[in-house]
Amino acid sequence: MSAFRAILAKDLRVELRTLESVPSMALFAVTTFVLFRFGLDREMLEGSLAAGVLLATVLFAAILAINRIFLAEREQGGFDTIRLAPVDGTALFAAKVAALCVYLAALELVAVPAFAFLFMDDWTGLTPLLPVLLLADLGLAVTGTLVSAIAVNSRARDLLGPLILLPLLVPVMIAAAGAAEPLLAEGGPSYADFGQWVAVLALYDVVFLLVGYAVYDFLLED
Amino acid sequence: MPMPSLRALAIAAPLAIGAAFALVFFYAPLDADQGFIQKIFYLHVPLAICALVGFVVAAVHAIRHLRTEDPVHDARAYVSIHMSVIFGVAVLITGAIWAKASWGKWWVWDEPTLVSFLIVFLLYCTYYPLRYAIEDRERQARYASVFAITAGAFVPLNFIAVRLAETLLHPRVFATAEGGMPPKMWLTFLVSLAGMALLWVTLVRFELAAKSASAKLSRLRRAIEGEEFAARGSRVAPNVPSQATGSA
Repeated sequence: MSAFRAILAKDLRVELRTLESVPSMALFAVTTFVLFRFGLDREMLEGSLAAGVLLATVLFAAILAINRIFLAEREQGGFDTIRLAPVDGTALFAAKVAALCVYLAALELVAVPAFAFLFMDDWTGLTPLLPVLLLADLGLAVTGTLVSAIAVNSRARDLLGPLILLPLLVPVMIAAAGAAEPLLAEGGPSYADFGQWVAVLALYDVVFLLVGYAVYDFLLED
Repeated sequence: MPMPSLRALAIAAPLAIGAAFALVFFYAPLDADQGFIQKIFYLHVPLAICALVGFVVAAVHAIRHLRTEDPVHDARAYVSIHMSVIFGVAVLITGAIWAKASWGKWWVWDEPTLVSFLIVFLLYCTYYPLRYAIEDRERQARYASVFAITAGAFVPLNFIAVRLAETLLHPRVFATAEGGMPPKMWLTFLVSLAGMALLWVTLVRFELAAKSASAKLSRLRRAIEGEEFAARGSRVAPNVPSQATGSA
């Protein structure tokens, strides 16, 4: 537990001091919204289009952070130190998942208001969107941490990470978009199938948390 | 469990597939709705079942590899995924032909099984670049096993999510309003499934035997020609110790 806290605190402190990941993600997200404005040629978005634009943007912005989450460990020999300490792989996994969740929440603090400001008249659907985004963040963080640990130790890490990650994230996209679509619909939010999609997201998170817990030690061995 | 020899399998698989095709063309009744094209069902669905079961088998081998660190299990996981990806190409092609014939389009997004199969297929295609990108053999094998387990857990989850996303329901061959397939179709289907499964096992065993033979050959050559020969050989496929042909 103390190892978990130490690694998480280290990551958050490094991020606060260098501001490497979160500001770039936020800037990336806002720029992507502008691109969608012209790519779709729409000034207002609602329903499935709004859900798709918002979630696809968050997902691609998340990949920026996921690609970098183990960079310090890789370049500064942190993996060796963690093995020597010795820290349990589970603690490292949990700490990185938590750090990614914090980054993603920080990203969404900027990206969701920016999205609403640019594209939406009716902001009432944003509050019930919160649990959906949090569960989707956890899913992104869990699979992202798993895949990033594989990719960072390979030759083509910037390429391999997104390549493996994107198909793995299709269920998150399906469920989060399914829940968000009626919430962002024209004429006020509705809750069609809301519980079902939240349950799928929760199931996804639990399954990959368990898989990560089971296999993470093997990714640290040398 | 003693496994039949590769020779026995290589005889049984074509026999079973031949029997299956005979049943498909001369015994199974024509489908009332779709007519002759429905017979692709006896090819498409067994292929898909074998490919998916193959991915799960690969995950089981991967778990055993991580537990025992025995490279044989990694080789079996690799060959299982390899064969299932090849079967997967055939599934997507036969699926597209079936879709074109019965719905007039090469691809339909509201057929949940086909769509989830595409996603699973795309995921498993990244298995090869993953192996290519890691130089160290042991690490490559370990990471590949982690991938196989993660992807194995992903397969059912993905099917749940894609199926829930479909609001339209297509008529399904297995469960129609009239109460499912007639027994003649079931028998044909089961024989086709058995034939495809035998083909999968035979090809997996064959590839393992070939890999272990070529590993043995290059070991012998190394012994004769010295170390300069060592640099050659595949970078992706795992090294197969000679006992790998025991059971797949």
